[in-house]
Amino acid sequence: MTDRTAPSVDELKRIARRMRVNLVRMIGAAGSGHPGGSLSEVELLIALYFRVMRHDAKNPNLPDRDRFILSKGHGCPALYATYAEAGYIDSALLNTLRKLGSPLQGHPDKRILPILETSTGSLGQGLSIGIGTALAAKLDKRDYHTFVMVGDGEVQEGQNWEAAMFAGFHKLANLTCIVDNNRQQLDGFVKDILDPAPLAEKFRAFGWFAVEVDGHDFEQVIPALEEARTGKAGKPTAIVAHTIKGKGVSFMENNPEWHGIAPKPEQVQAAVQELEAAVV
Amino acid sequence: MGTSTTVKTKFELKMGVATREAYGQALAELGKTNPNVVVLDADLAKSTYSAKFEKQFPERFFTCGIAEANMVGIASGLALSGKIPFASSFAVFLCDKGYDQLRMCVAYPHVNAKFCGSHGGISIGEDGPSQMAIEDYALMCALPGFTVLVPSDEFSGRALVKAMAEHSGPIYMRTGRPKAPIIYGAEDSFQIGRAKVHGTGNDVAIIACGLLVAQALIAQSQLEDEGISARVIDMHTLKPLDEPAVARAARECGAIVTAEEHVLEGGLGSLVAKAVALSTPVPMEFVGIQNTFAESGAPDQLMEKYGLTASNVVSAVKRVLKRK
Ligand SMILES: Cc1ncc(C[n+]2csc(CCOP(=O)(O)OP(=O)(O)O)c2C)c(N)n1
Ligand SMILES: [Mg+2]
Repeated sequence: MTDRTAPSVDELKRIARRMRVNLVRMIGAAGSGHPGGSLSEVELLIALYFRVMRHDAKNPNLPDRDRFILSKGHGCPALYATYAEAGYIDSALLNTLRKLGSPLQGHPDKRILPILETSTGSLGQGLSIGIGTALAAKLDKRDYHTFVMVGDGEVQEGQNWEAAMFAGFHKLANLTCIVDNNRQQLDGFVKDILDPAPLAEKFRAFGWFAVEVDGHDFEQVIPALEEARTGKAGKPTAIVAHTIKGKGVSFMENNPEWHGIAPKPEQVQAAVQELEAAVV
Repeated sequence: MGTSTTVKTKFELKMGVATREAYGQALAELGKTNPNVVVLDADLAKSTYSAKFEKQFPERFFTCGIAEANMVGIASGLALSGKIPFASSFAVFLCDKGYDQLRMCVAYPHVNAKFCGSHGGISIGEDGPSQMAIEDYALMCALPGFTVLVPSDEFSGRALVKAMAEHSGPIYMRTGRPKAPIIYGAEDSFQIGRAKVHGTGNDVAIIACGLLVAQALIAQSQLEDEGISARVIDMHTLKPLDEPAVARAARECGAIVTAEEHVLEGGLGSLVAKAVALSTPVPMEFVGIQNTFAESGAPDQLMEKYGLTASNVVSAVKRVLKRK
């Protein structure tokens, strides 16, 4: 389905850097948004869209496309930037984020941006939707895979565990849950609010295959996602991806303040300078 | 004027099966003709009658366990992948425990998923208020783009379930637990959004849904004996409301009574009142549950105690006629 040759890891790293620059700029231009949890997702999304998922930007409705559901909808700037990199949308659109009339709504809105698998923004629900698409694949004897990304604060929502129980019980090997384990949520650090650790063990207890990876290291992320995609485990896969909230922008990293505020113009400039100076 | 269809019957009280059973029967029929129909339940399949489908099409039936929120989300995902999911539970658990999911995963992306809440209203009887949905009309009508259906008997129930499968977009249907009096026959057809009008009375219009339609028809014949001519409108579709039928009733009758097994806030009465206010303002009276939870008891006892019988409809008619 993907007609381009798979980009090298070095190329992926360059895409990641470009995406981070775009992210900071677009959230800065929007004047509001969620930079922290967008920056932590970058490598995971790139690995999915450039190496692992079967999809075709020219044919976004292919019945056999792999599904990606961003359950942590507030992290959508990174998904929009990925869409731009992957050729689904024009990158000129990125600067319309959150503006009246833009398809790039504050949280993903399938009505206005139909390439999205669905709308999200109320945390805790994406995994259930992913079960639905995974069940439909089995009913229709199609081999597409469903990937759902959730936050490590989001997993506090009980519905995730209803879904985990169902997917484990039904051995939905065509479903993968990626946890963006950036250790922070809105009000502060996950460990201080309601620690869901140990997450991999919890998923295993619910009948899942679970692995932990460094979520910024393509050499770890890609094989884990590729293995999940094969479904060889015979059960759903959880990938607990250890990430850094605000990754790549030193003044945002590990500072919960940057969950949901936009950088000011001078902060955008400083962030872009730092990102562009970094060796990849 | 108006798109509603008129039915000519002199009402006789003859019991049929419950609307929940009609739901299960219709699903089992649909399963035969539509391979895309899949059914989900949350450990109440025997009560909602979705088990009738499960029995014939086990490979297209998913029991989700006691996890309504997850069930609604799964239904959304199935619909996004081209299936026509019908998910059921008691109305109160489906709508109340699954509300955020009905809003976020179903209404907002406007997916083609169908829901059935059984055991609507207080006529479930002995199980008591924890199991009684008295607020589901308001909840479901408040969700943009949702269609909301309340069949009054087994014939309208089966026909409307078929209509659900043919209609594109999210739909909620409320069904009831007790056997329901037969109002229609197999020859009657039902269209979403088109009310059924019984009789041509011009003194008052009684607009009802669910089990209250039969009560309204009993009231209609009692009133006729007293020289009051009433028309009864079976508003089986709460949303989109058959506004032309309401407007015509207001214009031609000059007085309206609504009757429903739901709290008076945000249900059929409120919806009709808005349509009346926007067309021909006329006096109205409302039969429904008055800002209270009910209790355990026999269904008939509860309907009487909470004011949901034909005689409550008759009194409401007399009150509204004084204000005409
Ligand atoms: C049901 C729900 N409750 C609250 C919120 C508000 N909210 C948005 S993001 C967020 C924190 C999410 O933390 P996490 O899942 O860890 O995401 P990340 O750290 O990647 O941003 C909260 C509470 C919401 N969107 N949905
Ligand atoms: Mg987090």
